[in-house]
Amino acid sequence: MIGQENMKIVSHQEIAANIFELVLEGELTKKMTSPGQFVHLKVTSGNDPLLRRPISICSINQEMNQFTMLYRVSGNGTKVLSERAPGAVVHVLGPLGNGFPDDYLKEGEQALLIGGGIGVPPLYELSKRLVHKGVHVTHILGFQTESDMFYKNEFEKLGETHIATADGTHGVKGFVTDVAEQLSIQPDAYFTCGPSPMLKAVESKYETINGFISMEQRMGCGIGACLACVCHVAGDESGLKYKKVCSDGPVFKSGEVVI
Amino acid sequence: MSRLQVELPGLTLKNPVMPASGCFGFGKEYSQFYDLSLLGAIMVKATTREVRFGNPTPRVAETSSGMLNAIGLQNPGLDHVLQHELKWLEQYDVPVIANVAGSTIEDYEQVAEAISKAPNVHALEINISCPNVKEGGIAFGTHPDTARELTEKVKRVSSVPVYIKLSPNVSSITEMAYAVEEGGADGLSMINTLLGMRLDSRTGKPVIANKTGGLSGPAIKPVALRMVYEVSQKTTLPIIAMGGVSDEMDVIDFISAGASAVAVGTANFVDPLVCPEIIKNLNNILEEWEIEHIHDLRGRSWKDIGEAAYHRS
Ligand SMILES: Cc1cc2nc3c(=O)[nH]c(=O)nc-3n(C[C@H](O)[C@H](O)[C@H](O)COP(=O)(O)OP(=O)(O)OC[C@H]3O[C@@H](n4cnc5c(N)ncnc54)[C@H](O)[C@@H]3O)c2cc1C
Ligand SMILES: Cc1cc2nc3c(=O)[nH]c(=O)nc-3n(C[C@H](O)[C@H](O)[C@H](O)COP(=O)(O)O)c2cc1C
Ligand code: FES
Repeated sequence: MIGQENMKIVSHQEIAANIFELVLEGELTKKMTSPGQFVHLKVTSGNDPLLRRPISICSINQEMNQFTMLYRVSGNGTKVLSERAPGAVVHVLGPLGNGFPDDYLKEGEQALLIGGGIGVPPLYELSKRLVHKGVHVTHILGFQTESDMFYKNEFEKLGETHIATADGTHGVKGFVTDVAEQLSIQPDAYFTCGPSPMLKAVESKYETINGFISMEQRMGCGIGACLACVCHVAGDESGLKYKKVCSDGPVFKSGEVVI
Repeated sequence: MSRLQVELPGLTLKNPVMPASGCFGFGKEYSQFYDLSLLGAIMVKATTREVRFGNPTPRVAETSSGMLNAIGLQNPGLDHVLQHELKWLEQYDVPVIANVAGSTIEDYEQVAEAISKAPNVHALEINISCPNVKEGGIAFGTHPDTARELTEKVKRVSSVPVYIKLSPNVSSITEMAYAVEEGGADGLSMINTLLGMRLDSRTGKPVIANKTGGLSGPAIKPVALRMVYEVSQKTTLPIIAMGGVSDEMDVIDFISAGASAVAVGTANFVDPLVCPEIIKNLNNILEEWEIEHIHDLRGRSWKDIGEAAYHRS
């Protein structure tokens, strides 16, 4: 069930260059059950910015009634959000969409989690849950440069973590797929979120295994009504079949939609 | 009679507030949030004869106090809308206004004839004003002669009253209103979106794949208000007004400008509960102002009614 709530900012800090960690508290947290779901935030009241902003749920703390998001300041909306101080409230609509399945793999199986930039956050809650089930996790996280990097330590606590930076300032120089080339493990499934070119490359590299891919698209309503966020269904020659990223996704099975 | 109940051709509205076409799908998504029977009516997504995928993405962009969209009339096509979407809506006690679009006059006729026979469709809204498709749509909404002809033909085949949705992208909206009135329209709905664009400042390229899109939201309210004010003085047709409505005061403004009812579009994306909230607040404010009926305020921006507005005989 989707809910709405004015949630209180309990902490808000810059954890890397232009990357903010935002923790909100409220009853809506109880509805957050699946990693990879997102919320639609009204960053401030009033007409500017007007629309809500989709941000992934990064981790959920049911005991504290809190959840965490990580976001990058990329335009006006996220800029305004970054200026909101602890104690203020943010209006949250969510949780939205379908997340990553955390029961697809069994204890002892191998999961590969691949995140690029601001696609990294939803993998964190997923990884925690997989580890809790006894699944072995390996992370490959890609960033532009070292100063953009975040949550390396958090991921390392959960499992093997490899970093790629486009400029080589940290870890392997290049893309997440360059790291994947060097890995010896054979994952039983992969889970990925990040920019479309990365998702495409990951999907074709792991053609033979099942994966779960989180898509990004510009949104209006966030609940499936406006058809702003559609993508084509893979293999549909008519070109008429579609899925809505907001309500059918954002996570799709590999091979399900056209990236 | 409640102070909010409104009678229009084909429509008995519990209240003058309804979601605008394209901003509410066929209602399913919003039914998760509230009982759709609370609404005055529902203007459903544009329906065309055949299924349409619409435009490539990105389809939306934000602008100051507004948004651009170029969805491109994506819809599942006439048969599916009749058999599934409208059928599903029958469980609610709410009149449906079906939004009809097409590329040729024949398209409009076929869809209008079939969809007007659905039991819960009480009126048609003929979309001759979508700025986001190449052929059809707005081509009919910018030439008075074609608009008149289209109205006549649709009127001939429709089993329910016909409202024509006007485009603001014309030099004289009054002329368009005259034309469709002559063509036999039962009412007007206005305004559709204003053609606009946004560039990515860094690359200099349009943000929306279609390059241009339709502007909606609070940013267009002054334009919509002015157009309703002008047109309502020149025709006797009832007007369903839209353009940036997000609260009860916006509704009152449009009624004061001369509208009979009001539709809410973009605001649904900001707050899914906005329509029932507006209805509740509208009732409260009229009570507080001691207005017996919402239509006592209708056209007061231009009518010389003085005291009469507050003391209905
Ligand atoms: C399902 C989903 C989950 C996301 N999760 C995260 C996250 O965890 N952390 C994070 O930093 N970002 C995330 N994003 C991207 C985030 O929504 C955008 O960066 C943000 O909306 C930009 O808003 P702005 O006002 O700062 O930018 P502007 O460019 O000023 O925004 C203008 C409009 O474009 C939209 N927009 C701009 N960039 C994007 C984008 N990349 N994706 C979707 N819409 C966009 C905005 O929502 C807004 O409507 C996610 C996007 C989606 C679809
Ligand atoms: C995403 C979106 C889709 C729309 N689709 C349609 C449509 O299918 N048919 C139509 O007549 N108008 C459509 N409109 C226009 C609205 O019905 C309305 O006329 C306009 O948005 C102005 O109202 P607003 O400012 O309250 O949004 C659409 C508007 C938006 C924002
Ligand atoms: S954002 Fe409106 S349908 Fe997905």
